[in-house]
Amino acid sequence: MSSSNQSKRKKITDSNLLLTITIVVFFLMYIGAILFQGKGFLKPQTFFNILNANAALLILSCGMSLVMITGGIDISVGGVTALVSMCCAVYLDFHDGNVLGAVAIALAIGLAFGIVQGFLVAYLDIQPFIVSLAGMFFARGMTTIVNTNPFNVANPEFVAMKDTRIVVPGMGSINKLGKYVNAYVEIGVIVAILVVIVLFIILKWTRLGRYFYAVGGNSQSALMLGINVKRTKFLSHLICSFLAGIGGFVYFMHVGSGAASHAMGAEMNAIASSIIGGTMLTGGVGNIIGTFFGVLSLSTIQNIVSSAGLDQAWWTGITIAAMLCLFLVVQSVVMTRKNKK
Amino acid sequence: MKDKVVLEMKNIHKSFPGVRALQGVDFTLCEGEIHALMGENGAGKSTLIKVLTGVYGKDEGQIFIKGKEEAVSIKSPEEAQKAGISTVYQEITLCPNLTVAENMYIGRGSSVYQNWKKMNGAATKILQSLDIQADATQELASCSLAVQQMVAIARAVDMDCKVLILDEPTSSLDEQEVEKLFKLMRDLKARGVGIIFVTHFLDQVYEVCDKITVLRDGKLVGEYEIADLPRVKLVSKMLGKELHETTGEKKEHLTYEKKSGVVPVIETENLHSNTGIKPFDFNIYPGEVNGFTGLLGSGRSECVRAIFGADSVLGGTVKKNGKVVKISKPMDAMKNGIGYLPEDRKVDGIIGDLSVRENIIIALQVLRGFFRPFTKAEANKFADEYIKLLGIKTASANTPIKSLSGGNQQKCILARWLLTHPDYLILDEPTRGIDIGTKTEIQKLVLKLASEGMGITFISSEIDEMLGTCSRLIVMRDLNVVGELSGEELSQSMIMNTIAGGEK
Amino acid sequence: MQTKKSNYTSISEMLGKLVKQQIFIPVAALLLLAIFNLIADPGFYKISYGVNSAGSPVLSGYLMTILDYGSELAILAVGMTLVTASSGGQDISVGAAIAIAGSVMLKFICGMNTPVIIAFLAACVVSMFFGAFNGVLVAHFKIQPMVATLILYTAGRSIAAWINNNELPIVSDPKFAYLGGFIPGIPIPTPFFIAAAVVIISLLVLRFTNLGLYTQAVGINESSSRLNGLNPAFIKFITFVILGLCVAVVGLIKVSRLSTINYSVIAKDIEMDAILAVALGGNALGGGKFNLAASIIGAYVIQFLTTTLYKFNVQSDALPAYKAVVVIFLVVISAPVVRDYISSIGKKISHKEVA
Repeated sequence: MSSSNQSKRKKITDSNLLLTITIVVFFLMYIGAILFQGKGFLKPQTFFNILNANAALLILSCGMSLVMITGGIDISVGGVTALVSMCCAVYLDFHDGNVLGAVAIALAIGLAFGIVQGFLVAYLDIQPFIVSLAGMFFARGMTTIVNTNPFNVANPEFVAMKDTRIVVPGMGSINKLGKYVNAYVEIGVIVAILVVIVLFIILKWTRLGRYFYAVGGNSQSALMLGINVKRTKFLSHLICSFLAGIGGFVYFMHVGSGAASHAMGAEMNAIASSIIGGTMLTGGVGNIIGTFFGVLSLSTIQNIVSSAGLDQAWWTGITIAAMLCLFLVVQSVVMTRKNKK
Repeated sequence: MKDKVVLEMKNIHKSFPGVRALQGVDFTLCEGEIHALMGENGAGKSTLIKVLTGVYGKDEGQIFIKGKEEAVSIKSPEEAQKAGISTVYQEITLCPNLTVAENMYIGRGSSVYQNWKKMNGAATKILQSLDIQADATQELASCSLAVQQMVAIARAVDMDCKVLILDEPTSSLDEQEVEKLFKLMRDLKARGVGIIFVTHFLDQVYEVCDKITVLRDGKLVGEYEIADLPRVKLVSKMLGKELHETTGEKKEHLTYEKKSGVVPVIETENLHSNTGIKPFDFNIYPGEVNGFTGLLGSGRSECVRAIFGADSVLGGTVKKNGKVVKISKPMDAMKNGIGYLPEDRKVDGIIGDLSVRENIIIALQVLRGFFRPFTKAEANKFADEYIKLLGIKTASANTPIKSLSGGNQQKCILARWLLTHPDYLILDEPTRGIDIGTKTEIQKLVLKLASEGMGITFISSEIDEMLGTCSRLIVMRDLNVVGELSGEELSQSMIMNTIAGGEK
Repeated sequence: MQTKKSNYTSISEMLGKLVKQQIFIPVAALLLLAIFNLIADPGFYKISYGVNSAGSPVLSGYLMTILDYGSELAILAVGMTLVTASSGGQDISVGAAIAIAGSVMLKFICGMNTPVIIAFLAACVVSMFFGAFNGVLVAHFKIQPMVATLILYTAGRSIAAWINNNELPIVSDPKFAYLGGFIPGIPIPTPFFIAAAVVIISLLVLRFTNLGLYTQAVGINESSSRLNGLNPAFIKFITFVILGLCVAVVGLIKVSRLSTINYSVIAKDIEMDAILAVALGGNALGGGKFNLAASIIGAYVIQFLTTTLYKFNVQSDALPAYKAVVVIFLVVISAPVVRDYISSIGKKISHKEVA
């Protein structure tokens, strides 16, 4: 009893504060979009399309958040996504592969990157940024080596899977011809939602999840508290890269092609989403729910930018960078304020 | 007797680059015993504990734990915990971003599932039983330092340990909290836990401990029953001096003859900084040596840092030779002829990868300006001069300073400031963690510099040293200046009394 | 004992000293590459004398290519070394910043018909402004350098495109092309001279100011530097601004080579090469002590590697994969953990010999 009373006068923690900011920003943005961009944003399908287009990003961002919570960073996820797409595409079309095999390839690539990068970061104590920068260039280069020219995958089994639409009941709308159209999501969205749920549970309800926070908060203390810091760091990178493998396949399912230029800057979007979602770069603070909203905020703003007629490609880059910059500065201010206390 | 021993360390050796931290130390701990580990700063207490808990690997030696025939090898704190050794460190080693309950339970047990309800319930119970003013679900960062330290203790106590190590746990606790801790220690002792207690406070040792092991300069001095070792003897064992020597020194008081018409070289009024120290007044005359004394965390360093502009000053005035000057950053202080040798040599003093020469000239170089670098010949001349003058032992002026021993590093920092020819020099713990020979050299140098007209503030945790150098002591308690002693008042007991509150 | 040792240690001692020199690493790498090429195909070293399309005499061959393109890298390496030393991180936005600098130059030359020098100065100002932007994020807001520069890395090429409204202006003045090509009558590529000028200026700056001492002090121990009267934030900031200046110079060369710009391709992946040059120069990527000469040699070695790979018909898009392997190799052998491990093995072996 007494504890519930006490918790009411508990101060707002950094984590909660940043999460609240994110959610508020998202809703304000979406309402703004509805008000200024017309009723397109009122249709549920618009929202679901945002999800469809960004399912892969959501998965990548989840992994990124995990690594950032543990105090690291992984900028190879975009490269891994491209490599996975290309390898799966080549396997399906040039080697008559089946979808299951392609999934296995995607996961194997993710795991391989995770093991190498995790080992270098955790056991050899090399800066994660340098390791994953090299990882990114390696993945991008390998993508070209595997196959230079972009192409669409024609494998019928895969195309069927790619075009599978899962109807969301009760969310349809009436189109211009007066016909009722069901709202739908792609398979990737289901995978992404599952990843969010699983990761949320890991971070919140398992001991390992709490180790990630402890190591990110203060790795020296975590060591003294009897946590195997190296293994924890290793696992964070392993999971992140593994998720990049899954995300890569989801991306591949969405675009249905292999190309060296795929997922350019995806690592950037993932980092931006995590930061907007309230994950602290300095580690120890973050939340998967926040990341989820971070991805939504980011993709909504992209949608707004493009539907506002600012169709040139550069606006996307500039808006994301501006948002990232804003949230980084907010974080820095929060940190300074905290240190002063 | 033999089967009552829970922990035995034999012939432990440990070296760091330039320092032999432990040289053949033995240590034995029995069940239901509170065993004090005593020694001055740099004696090797912390190193011994960190070897025992697997933070450092040992170079040589064996560790035996009850229940295991063979010597155990402890490679990480995780393994130490599993072996039944739990530790509370001097600096708080908890994660500020986790809740109080999590900090108590993380890294223990083996279940995959994190049961918040059960954990919070158990934590609340312990917090209540120990009367700790914290909520189990509160973020640790929002607790005061004392509460954080109590949480660390609660964590260690709750673990079903055979050996409990308390490494200066009382430095951030107030009297009542210390009492609580002692009660707890006695309870645990009754349950048969062996406790290693490291502290600087002699009173506390005699209040709770059964045995004392004394270390000095990385070597074992001896193990004693508490009854066999009266206080004065303990002090002399720790200092490595015979009794009459220490008492002899006490009789001579250093005095400073203030000449008429001389204004203080530095005078402050109501100075305070963002570190929480209360506004304080301070002055020092040319040729005077004075000092700040008080317990760890009493605000000694914060005061001198405020004078030097190292922390952000919130208010108050500083006068140099009677004229008001503005000091808001170290550069201002340096321009006004103030030098500051910081407390933490590694963090604030040396610039590790740079050479001895660069470390010596840097302050003067910065004063001279960005566009006027010294030529190599000039720099070498300065460096060689001071290497000779202070007897710095280094292979050459080009050697990176980090490869020198602690004492020689400290001399380099001293050289750095002497080179700027300051009017007022602040030495914050210049003798910490360095060998006795260098300590006395530094003390002599301080007195010599003062006789040449420099004003010097000298801070040391060792009261003996303060009495040997200072003619006036400013006593601090809880971030407040609580007294000023000079002349006849300069005695160990008087200082202790003033620190403690002056009633006894 | 002393005398016994001295006999046979003199040679190994000298060798040991040589190996300890920071400059040893890039020079050794250079020799290794050189020997490899010599064995694989001595034709690599052929330099031919000819006349280019403008009718001026030029030297050509793989070595000239290295001299030409390595110079861009050497200029960047100067700035990157300083940033690394002071902030302990790297600027990954240099490629994007080069695009911006180039775009600004074209805007001035083609859009406003200003002389090249004015355009260049404008680009310098803009580049230094973006350098300052990165510098503020790193120094004032204390964001890790690589993350802070990620912002410009993302937005940079978009900003570059936006400056010229995504058009691709072409400089018609043939003299403009001299900067990235050849000055009539001089058979050695101009970028080499520009790089030489930059290097000489920076060495003079290091000689006649305390920039070197200050950046190293701040990179090694920020807190201690502050207590010695330095302003660490300002020094970090300045190094980013200096890098901005280097970026503008490289931008000038890059734009001059094409007389136009391609926003998404110009100076692509150059940040990787610049970081690699610093690392190959034996400078700690975690900041602190640096050796500019080693970085500059490192830059030419990287170009040597790139050219070698090109010669073996590796596609330009695949290059990063090979370089990534080199990076990983370099950081692994320079990681303290690995060094400690190796030295402990070395000790064990010598122990055994004694026994």
